[in-house]
Amino acid sequence: MTPTLQVFLIVSAALFSAGLIAALSRRHAIFILIGIEMMLAAANLNFIAFWHFNPKPQAPTGVMIAIFSIAIAAAEAAVGLALVIAVYRHYRTTSVDHLDQLKG
Amino acid sequence: MSSVAFALITILTLAAALAAATLQNLMHATLSFAVTLVGVAALFFLLGAEFVGLVLVFVYVGAVAVLIVFTILLTRRDLGKDRGANFWGAVLAVGLFGGLTWAILKTPSVAIVAPHIRALTVKRIGEALMTGYVWPLQCVGLLLTAALIGALVLVMEEKR
Amino acid sequence: MSKSIDQIFVDAKHWLLSWLTAAPGWVVQIASSLISIFALLAVFLTLFALMSVLERKILGRMQNRYGPNRVGPFGLLQPVADGIKMLIKEDIVPARADKMVHFLAPIVIAAAAILALGIIPYGRNMTPFTIDGGILFFFAVGSTTELAVFMAGWGSNNKFSMLGAMRAIAQMISYELPLIITVLPVVMVVGSLTPDRIVAAQAGYTLGIVPRWFVFTPWGATAFLLFFVSGLVESNRTPFDVPEGESEIVAGHMTEYSGFKYATFFMAEYIGMFAITGLAATLFLGGWHSPVHALEFIPSYIWFFAKLSVLLFVYIWLRGTLPRTRVDQIMNFAWKFILPMSFTCVIAAAVWHYAGRGLRGWLWSLFVIIFVYAALSILLDTRRKFAPRVYRFAE
Repeated sequence: MTPTLQVFLIVSAALFSAGLIAALSRRHAIFILIGIEMMLAAANLNFIAFWHFNPKPQAPTGVMIAIFSIAIAAAEAAVGLALVIAVYRHYRTTSVDHLDQLKG
Repeated sequence: MSSVAFALITILTLAAALAAATLQNLMHATLSFAVTLVGVAALFFLLGAEFVGLVLVFVYVGAVAVLIVFTILLTRRDLGKDRGANFWGAVLAVGLFGGLTWAILKTPSVAIVAPHIRALTVKRIGEALMTGYVWPLQCVGLLLTAALIGALVLVMEEKR
Repeated sequence: MSKSIDQIFVDAKHWLLSWLTAAPGWVVQIASSLISIFALLAVFLTLFALMSVLERKILGRMQNRYGPNRVGPFGLLQPVADGIKMLIKEDIVPARADKMVHFLAPIVIAAAAILALGIIPYGRNMTPFTIDGGILFFFAVGSTTELAVFMAGWGSNNKFSMLGAMRAIAQMISYELPLIITVLPVVMVVGSLTPDRIVAAQAGYTLGIVPRWFVFTPWGATAFLLFFVSGLVESNRTPFDVPEGESEIVAGHMTEYSGFKYATFFMAEYIGMFAITGLAATLFLGGWHSPVHALEFIPSYIWFFAKLSVLLFVYIWLRGTLPRTRVDQIMNFAWKFILPMSFTCVIAAAVWHYAGRGLRGWLWSLFVIIFVYAALSILLDTRRKFAPRVYRFAE
């Protein structure tokens, strides 16, 4: 028995939900970033799975989108972590619950 | 595609993802996150996208995980304070997973077995990147440069 | 005759696999992988043992002493004695250590080092695992080492460990960039990320004398030097052994490891060194090709390991001659000199390619490299920076 597209989609959904747990339920900013990165990885898994199970498999579109999304996720992580460090310098905390004012 | 390998990799990936989402210790969570991404890369290998899998390991384990770890070190004084998680977020995520699974199982068009495909070589990816996708490629390059400068500006010492 | 000796290991593997003709496909596949893995481990662990004793002996000769010469003939059994000593030592884990991370770090670092060996072509038809993006695999696996070093530093819960790990990661990240960019010209010229193809592209001789190795082109020679220096930093060897400088921070990230775990770190460091020199030989020194046409009857793997040994000897030689650099010197060197020069190599390779890959391209790419080198030396004002240092003491 070889895995069907369904199985891959369910795995990807589970990965996305795990990322969502981290992003929604944690208070530490780095956890939230980890959650977002996991959700992006789940999306990439979907792209690759749909590309693999495509009846007309010659176009590498899914692979291309996955490559670009990895590059963008890396940029996002760099800026996000720089923001965490900047916020920590300013407020001495990384818990997003304490960052509730617009005053700088 | 071997289903035994698939089952093993899936279990490892999902266990590591859950650990990354729920562990109290930030460092352990980050290392589990790295394991998750290695697992996802292994799934990419199973799906015949070796190049993307290698790029994923290279970018995430080599760069993003190390960045996260460095950030943890720089904000170390705050480590022990992440107590008590938001319960409703977890409930929402589990609910979403249930909904998605239901939707996937109810859709007959995704219950298909892979067609036999020619392996996607690095050469073909490179040709595609340099011909049809050259415009997005340049945009990504610009974005990465902007992100590099932005991150540098953000973490520079504030003048007092 | 010479052909059968050249292929002796390949034939041996096929003979072993011929016992399994009745078995299903996946059994044969797994058996084939296992044979390759065991062969790799056997060869490189032996080489590790040999290297550890030879390094001490050569270093000893360079410092006017004998080095180990008590255990066995010429002290060659010294690694066995060392191994037994390491195995029966007590395994100490600090009380406040992060036990899990502390335990996993040596395993991850050794696994990463050994995995990287898998893609190198050791001889004709002797690549253990042929992956389409082999070079990328090497670097993807190699980048895992950084995380493992960090795990060791963090898990030990020790100031020296943490400091050593931070230093190690800082210099590994800085030099990973030039390491990859110096590979780019080779990949561009060959048009493939597969190590087998890269070796195949370096076959043959120009004018029947000079082998077509990339090291004999101006961009190749520059890239090879830069790659070699970056590899030296990646494997944390003297003169770039700041992360584990004994006189400053005990043993860096390995401070809290003892017994067999320490031996594992030691082994991973040496295996990483073999991997990076093996890749250097593959990329620039023609892999398993022989340097002279008349000597092609010597089996290909002997040529590969000869090149490997020469590069490893240079590693030992540098360790015996150069003092340790400072952290800021290492970083300045990486970002201000090595990185611009490696970008220049990419441009010079393109110039070489478009000027026809002949003498004209050779001269033009040489011109590009010399021009950038001179400009960099003027811009960085090296004469002032590398002048003899004047020490001012407190009056």
